[in-house]
Amino acid sequence: MIRSLALHLGLVALLFALHFVLPPYHHGNLARVMVLATYAIGYNLLFGYTGLLSLGHALFFAAGMYGMALSVQYLGAAPAPALLLGLVAGLVVAGITGALALRTTGVAFMIVTLMFAQAGYLTILYFGEYTRGDEGFVIQQAQRVLWGLDLSQPTWRYMAAWALFSACLLGSLALIRRPFGRTLIAIRENEERARMLGYDTFAHKWVAVVLSGGISALAGAAYGLLFGYAGASFASVQYSIFPLLWVLLGGAGTILGPFVGTLFMFYLIDLSSGITTAYMLMAGVVLVLLTLFAPQGLIGELRRRVWGWLP
Amino acid sequence: MILTTKGLTRHFHGLKAVQSVDFTLQKGEVRALIGPNGAGKTTFVSLLCGRIPPTSGSVTFDGADITALPAHRRIRMGMAYTFQITSIFAGLSVAENVRLAARSQAGRHGSTPLDALDRVGLSGRDDMLAGDLSYGHQRLLEIAMGLAQSPRLLILDEPTQGLSDGEIAGFKALIRDLAGDTTILLIEHNMSVVMETADRVSVLNFGEILAEGTPAEIHANPAVQAAYLGTG
Repeated sequence: MIRSLALHLGLVALLFALHFVLPPYHHGNLARVMVLATYAIGYNLLFGYTGLLSLGHALFFAAGMYGMALSVQYLGAAPAPALLLGLVAGLVVAGITGALALRTTGVAFMIVTLMFAQAGYLTILYFGEYTRGDEGFVIQQAQRVLWGLDLSQPTWRYMAAWALFSACLLGSLALIRRPFGRTLIAIRENEERARMLGYDTFAHKWVAVVLSGGISALAGAAYGLLFGYAGASFASVQYSIFPLLWVLLGGAGTILGPFVGTLFMFYLIDLSSGITTAYMLMAGVVLVLLTLFAPQGLIGELRRRVWGWLP
Repeated sequence: MILTTKGLTRHFHGLKAVQSVDFTLQKGEVRALIGPNGAGKTTFVSLLCGRIPPTSGSVTFDGADITALPAHRRIRMGMAYTFQITSIFAGLSVAENVRLAARSQAGRHGSTPLDALDRVGLSGRDDMLAGDLSYGHQRLLEIAMGLAQSPRLLILDEPTQGLSDGEIAGFKALIRDLAGDTTILLIEHNMSVVMETADRVSVLNFGEILAEGTPAEIHANPAVQAAYLGTG
């Protein structure tokens, strides 16, 4: 309990300290990784802790991003209310699609979430007049000043990403220690048994979808705001697969896994593309090796072999 | 009267698994439900606790019609159900298993979850992964999860299957200990358990109640002997 809190607070402190020492290139990368890792935290809540494999989380990420960006662009909203609108958009979309998708289980759930996400992607393209479709649109620097802090500046961008990531990391740690989180794990382990112990498993799963979608939407809104761009590519199937890969690599059902997996994959592609143009091949080989020899992901293996107490 | 069914029926595509069963349980009694394989015993108790919906008929629990209630609501009213095929949280610790069972009934009774482990003889194994327990111990854990809920009606589906003789003796003592406070409905094939623990026995055959009575009456009943007990 104390050591796991110390470990996670330690990571938060380390990321804060890195702001002062990292060279600009890696500083920028880490800001991006922290926002994407927040997305992965949201995904992990549903996949890793509740045991529901969604192939449609890009829908929530994009709902947050466009909820934020469209309200900045067309309503002239300030960043704070725009972020909030992005979050609300994600929560509403997750609430509705979750209620429908949860009527299915297993493979059917994967297909239904995938279809919802594709429908969302096509909707964004259909309303290209406003969304600018694949081309996307830029959010001007003047529209990205949050409480007097210019988020287009590396310092504030990093700090905003750090604050968002830290809140979601510690929030997810707190959540899985609470009875609600323990029940999600019970549902993942044996849903029928959980139901026959008196837990309303449908309601729990629905809340998990909404929380997961909300965190994903917040990450999408922050990504658009911090990096000044919104586009339909963030709603594509690729962005539904990314968080699955990050979480699998880092360790599904671990608190640190999403961050470690996102960081690992980001730098795997970054470093291998510096060596060869066939960087996706290198990345692919490493992913296959990891899947073979560390099927529970990096943190999952660490927990299995060394630190059994890792949450 | 804690539980009553009227005309309870469940068909599976023409197969009459449970056919128009009228059944009552007195508060505090231990009732054994016996019958040949495929007689509809598990289907019947699944209808009671809401795992599957009935084709027709009604279930009344503690004066309330619960026919339309989902399983989790029935459990929260004070039913507990243990599965015929062991169903535990294999990836979680033994203690977490009973905690999850106890928490869903939070505020009902004062006994701590780990007491339940004590009562089935699993104390000292709290930190083990439930999946690492032997098969017999997993059965006992499942019974402990039932106890941890402090239920008013405990439904046990073949609890002694796979237990050793010593563990079966412990189980009989446990049931006798619970009798009076907790109403127990027990599906059981082991005749010594039925004879020594049950107040009354119901015999199910082809989805219908064939006979009901004290263990001695059932033992002497010619129709039951023909259908189930054998003539030996």
